[in-house]
Amino acid sequence: MAQFKDRVPLPPVNAQKTNLTCHFCIVGCGYHVYKWDENREGGRAPNQNALGVDFRKQVPPMQQIMTPAMHNLIEDSDGRRYNVMVLPDKACSVNQGLSSVRGGQMATYMYNPSGDAKARLKSPRLFTGAQWVDTTWDDALAIYCGVAKKILDKDGPSGLVFNCFDHGGAGGGFENTWGTGKLMFTALQTPMVRIHNRPAYNSECHATRDMGVGELNNSYEDAEVADCIMGIGANQYETQTNYFLAHWIPNLQGGTTDKRKKWFPNEPIPDTRVIFVDPRRTNTIAIAEQVAKDRVLHLDIQPGTDIALFNGLFTYVVEQGWIDREFITKNTTGFDAAVTANKLSLDECSRITGVSAAKLRQAAEWAYKPKAPGTLPRTMHAYEKGIIWGNDNYLIQSALVDLVLATRNVGRRGTGCVRMGGHQEGYTRPPYPGNSKIFIDEELMKGKGKMLTAWGCNNFQTTLNAQAYRTEIHRRSNIVKDAMNKARGSTTAQMIDVIVDACDKGGLFVTTIDLYPTMFSEASSMLLPAAHPGEINLTSMNGERRCRLSQKFMDPPGTAKADCLIAAAIANTLKAMYRAEGNAAMAARFDGFEWKAEEDAFNDGFRRAGQPGSPPIDSQGGGTGNLATYERLRVMGNNGVQLPIKEYKDGKLLGTEMLYMDGKFDTADGKAKFLPSPWPGLPKPVSDLKAKHRFWINSGRINEIWQTGYHNKYNAYVSGRYPMSIIEMNPEDMASLKIEAGDIVEVFNEWGTTTAMAYPEPDQKVAQTFMVFGYGNGVQGDVTTNWTDRNIIPYYKGTWASIRRIGGGAEHRETISFKSRRYDRV
Amino acid sequence: MSEQLSRRRFFKVSGGLAAGAGLVAGAIPEVALAATAADVGKTVLPYPRKPLSAAAKMAVGQAVAFSYPDDASPCTLIKMGTPVEGGVGPNRDIVAYSTLCTHMGCPVAYDAKSRCFKCPCHYSTFDAEKAGQMVCGQATEDLPRIVLDYDAATGTVTAIAVNGLIYGRQSNIL
Repeated sequence: MAQFKDRVPLPPVNAQKTNLTCHFCIVGCGYHVYKWDENREGGRAPNQNALGVDFRKQVPPMQQIMTPAMHNLIEDSDGRRYNVMVLPDKACSVNQGLSSVRGGQMATYMYNPSGDAKARLKSPRLFTGAQWVDTTWDDALAIYCGVAKKILDKDGPSGLVFNCFDHGGAGGGFENTWGTGKLMFTALQTPMVRIHNRPAYNSECHATRDMGVGELNNSYEDAEVADCIMGIGANQYETQTNYFLAHWIPNLQGGTTDKRKKWFPNEPIPDTRVIFVDPRRTNTIAIAEQVAKDRVLHLDIQPGTDIALFNGLFTYVVEQGWIDREFITKNTTGFDAAVTANKLSLDECSRITGVSAAKLRQAAEWAYKPKAPGTLPRTMHAYEKGIIWGNDNYLIQSALVDLVLATRNVGRRGTGCVRMGGHQEGYTRPPYPGNSKIFIDEELMKGKGKMLTAWGCNNFQTTLNAQAYRTEIHRRSNIVKDAMNKARGSTTAQMIDVIVDACDKGGLFVTTIDLYPTMFSEASSMLLPAAHPGEINLTSMNGERRCRLSQKFMDPPGTAKADCLIAAAIANTLKAMYRAEGNAAMAARFDGFEWKAEEDAFNDGFRRAGQPGSPPIDSQGGGTGNLATYERLRVMGNNGVQLPIKEYKDGKLLGTEMLYMDGKFDTADGKAKFLPSPWPGLPKPVSDLKAKHRFWINSGRINEIWQTGYHNKYNAYVSGRYPMSIIEMNPEDMASLKIEAGDIVEVFNEWGTTTAMAYPEPDQKVAQTFMVFGYGNGVQGDVTTNWTDRNIIPYYKGTWASIRRIGGGAEHRETISFKSRRYDRV
Repeated sequence: MSEQLSRRRFFKVSGGLAAGAGLVAGAIPEVALAATAADVGKTVLPYPRKPLSAAAKMAVGQAVAFSYPDDASPCTLIKMGTPVEGGVGPNRDIVAYSTLCTHMGCPVAYDAKSRCFKCPCHYSTFDAEKAGQMVCGQATEDLPRIVLDYDAATGTVTAIAVNGLIYGRQSNIL
């Protein structure tokens, strides 16, 4: 083993080259995977390596990133070993050769028996006695399906509960949402399903959809040509990195002025401005100010006051006449009622939000004041979890989209009212088989449901009121585990009876289907191993609806498999069980899972949506998904096609860059709908906490950590820097509590308690903190309330708590940098 | 912003220091091109030994530009003033780093106030007091650290290797 990580092998000229969309954030950067025999290496001369780069001399900046983290040695199921290198694609319009700290490590996260991913699940596991034992798929499915069948037969579908992903990228994709959806909704027909990051089966964007404006309605290119961008509750540099770096920053720098002039030849092209709405000064804001300080405005609203902000701006622009009357009249309904309901003076808006009236006026002028008589500016509005996990998801989106519609900032190039997104998207499912939204977490805590499957998600780290939830799931699961422990020498049939009997006595039989053992698997009795992109073929779409095929380039570890094929295995096992007892009607519910590979699930779901004779399918591919095939998508490479597909012509798939260009919206009458959204104040459980506790505990993702940290916790580069959740605090607050950088603190309130590592941040306001959301060592959700909006969308960002120092941080201070994570503060 | 000496000036200064310390300059190869072929018995690349400065003459906080292991690889040498991870010298406070960002190879600038390196292209930042750890940014590697050797007898700081892959290279030795 060499002492220093100071060289990497080069792919030879004939290395296999395939496409891979990043596993992680919504942006979906394009990467190429090079794979070649472990015993060969390319040479340094440009004609000796697959990159065509001359490594005999120093490669100039920006030409070719290639780091040790981008290389790995993998082993296929036939025992042959290969080098793999995963490098960003310069020809991909999304990232243009850039890698993020997350995607740049994809090679590292591919399975290697001695690598970072060595903890991957390789076979099904059963918790027996005091430990986990590996078992076969047949044995595991016999128990899983045996228990499910008895519960289904006796209690009906509602006994079967699922916490299940609904997104794209790793742990999702059109194939896997379809496979799981068909199992849960068509075959089992259970309504007891929640989504990976929220406690019911619901949308994160109900209001904007009700208003006829789908939440992904423009292209990344629109951010290059906007006159003004309003970034709302989204820390783009850290959470949608290369969208920000490759599309927003060039516009702010003036690098896209020529394109703007070409696209909009008959209107003024002002210097581009950016308005950020966020209670905290994020690194994104710091960077934007570095680029163009006098063209960046930060509306640092008081937590939870977004509705008041948008109502104030809406009222003001209506008063000023900075709206599109003709559009409002012809293409919308409900304007007058919204004007009345949302009416809020700038002074009142200022009082509620804490932002000066002058600053509010300036924001309105930047974003909405006509740039010439009759010419409204092109302002793009981009929001994410600050709104989605904010104070009343439904009302905030209503208030925002009211403002957007009045100023016609949708359906014109350079505009758009879009969510920035978390994961990639990839939704294709049968309709949800229920008439109302069910708060699944609370149902489980009340003793409902008998069998819980946590599928590609880990809600012990990502739900609200998480400590109470975790405690109750463990209590119920332990009833089953204790019974199983005592069932010595039992056959499979006997074990199934033991489990079902324990479930009848208040127990919960829990299964986790995932890449790794997770915190949720601590409460599980069974684990089933899943696979991720690269080990399987998978399609997803990014935040501009760009659909790509991530190609398989290696085998999954052990017997792990795609989620859609796991769903099929469950369905086929249950079908055989019903057939064996002569129940043809029930067996027929499990028809249509004869899938050998992921492509079969793609063809069954995404490609059948909207086709004659197909069952109802809710698909982000719409009714033209059938035009896409794996082969056609492979040919389209990392640029793929933007859904919905318009046509297949001359060997290419042609997509849709922007929605609503024709002024027709997704409502029954085609008119966008204004919705009243009066400022409601803070919800009572939240305002009660605010009255009692000193600190606002804001939360969200940080750059280096992807979601629950399921890979990151095994990776020294990330876990060495963030061994536990950090909580950014103002240094004055820390001094007053005698907390030093790196100290472990307890964060606590009436709802729960958690721990975090104190991280000083001068940009964090006094009494306002920011804690990593979803990370394992210190769960922020432990101190959130159980309050949700009308659609059971949590207010994860709305909690107040107290903080005290509980442990020394000497070791942290030795190895971890505690310098500001804001570019202009370090 | 730190004071950056031009490469030419630095060589002049360090040459003077080396002479003052009584070294025989010709005995030590100065650039990578002088390195010998890899010894099959070694696990370390054939890095050259390159004397950089006399520790006693270095000013705290002053960043000094040099190149290592060859002319195409810009680096910065800094005396931090307090002991830091990987630091050498009597106070264990002298460190050096490659100044090509490990993300896309843009030149990072040393900021004396925060004691960090900052990349102007994609805004990655690296802590000079924590072995080049990325503070925030898009790099998948910390800033490569130039391994230094301190000779207590002569007071000379010498570059002897690089820990971490320099941007734009298959191997740190071209």
